[in-house]
Amino acid sequence: MKFAYYPGCSLKGTSKAYEASMQAVFRRLGIDLLEIPDWNCCGATVYMSVDEAQALLMASRNIALAQRMGLDIVTPCSACYLNLLKVTKEIQENSPLGQRICAALEKSGLGIAAPKLPAVKHPLQVLTDDYGVSKIVTQVTRGLKEFLLVPYYGCLLVRPLNHRDHPFFPTKMDFLLKSIGADVVPDYSLKTKCCGGTLTGTVEEIGLRLNYLLLKEARRKGGNAIATVCPLCQFNLEMYQKKIIQKYREPVSMPIYYFTQLVGLSFGIGEGELGLRRTPKVQERPSAAGR
Amino acid sequence: MRTFERKIKYEQEVKRDFARQVAETSWGKEILDCIQCGGCSGICPTAPYMEHPPRKIIAMVREGMKDEVLQSFTIWLCASCYACMVSCPQGIKITEVMYGLKRMAIEEGVYPKRFPIPTLARDFFALAKDRGRISEFWLAGKLMIKSGIGKCWSYLPIGLELLKTRRVSFQRETISPEGRRQIQALLETKEGIQ
Repeated sequence: MKFAYYPGCSLKGTSKAYEASMQAVFRRLGIDLLEIPDWNCCGATVYMSVDEAQALLMASRNIALAQRMGLDIVTPCSACYLNLLKVTKEIQENSPLGQRICAALEKSGLGIAAPKLPAVKHPLQVLTDDYGVSKIVTQVTRGLKEFLLVPYYGCLLVRPLNHRDHPFFPTKMDFLLKSIGADVVPDYSLKTKCCGGTLTGTVEEIGLRLNYLLLKEARRKGGNAIATVCPLCQFNLEMYQKKIIQKYREPVSMPIYYFTQLVGLSFGIGEGELGLRRTPKVQERPSAAGR
Repeated sequence: MRTFERKIKYEQEVKRDFARQVAETSWGKEILDCIQCGGCSGICPTAPYMEHPPRKIIAMVREGMKDEVLQSFTIWLCASCYACMVSCPQGIKITEVMYGLKRMAIEEGVYPKRFPIPTLARDFFALAKDRGRISEFWLAGKLMIKSGIGKCWSYLPIGLELLKTRRVSFQRETISPEGRRQIQALLETKEGIQ
């Protein structure tokens, strides 16, 4: 199994641990990731607010580059995932915007063979749909019994274009985490409630409250760690915990993991390789004795 | 003595063609189907902070309250989580409508000045266009300087935490000169220019 890997900007900056843990897990499973050479920014959630066509044009260059590699795309960031899917959808539906994108690509020497485009996938889909959980569990060497995990999906992986899981109550990560031997909170009702995205950095009073609610509900349901699928969700939930505790005066802290770190832990991959030493000190890791 | 101001607008004070202007776009053509059920406002995570929640914004667009809509904070508080759009019974692309209204506000220069969200959007746009990639540290730094020295202090604890956990990269990310030329070419085609 081989994919064109589209990291996105966060994976090269604040979320290096996500990249490291995903690569370690995929390596163990024998899934090859070839980074798309010279990939560029997907436009995230903010580019669209300035210019729609240009946002999609920027993202479309990556699809053209992946098509030259002859591989489907894997991208771990939910915003990148949605933007690449948006471009693909416009082109495949041959909408006026899709036609514009194809024409512009053609003119700049990046012409693509529409409508057969590379598929755009998130690593969670690759693991659960393509590779298969039954094969993943054969690699598990250690249970994760110290955790009662709260699966948190955020928004853009499940909405609006991914139709392979439920937009409000998805279950793919729940299933994966249970299969590798972790206990999972079964009824976390906020699993797709927004973390604020970039808003948490720009209008902090709103972002702090959104993340406070996510953490508080995770606690109330008995969870002791949150599993995430998106660099920005992980960042907001983890890095703002000190401020949240100062503001709301409630002990809501808990460690926030990329789901790939948890899969890696169950495989017995070293903490350093999974980027687990980068976690802030306030969020102590649960111990097996503590439960 | 309390003075009373008129709270409603008369027909000659609104821009009647605003609804048509929005309904003629690819993103806003469904707004005339809105049944004002309020499902969007109910599910919106940031609605408690909006002066006009999504249901009301759509009603205001349809009534031609262009200035109030484009100058509102509401459209900038949309975190684009798509919860409203996925649950709308009338298939209105509410999140895309919010994006569209943001673009109109920027085009007409009526977005709230000295408010960090539109500032971030424009800086992000410029950086991505110019260098091909975003360097989070440099983008955040620019935003902090623009939002004023006083505000900088509030970012300090997070900055320190980022340093301690080695989550910050000072590298200025960029793509190859050839790649940058391709992006320029793409955006400068007639398809790229609005």
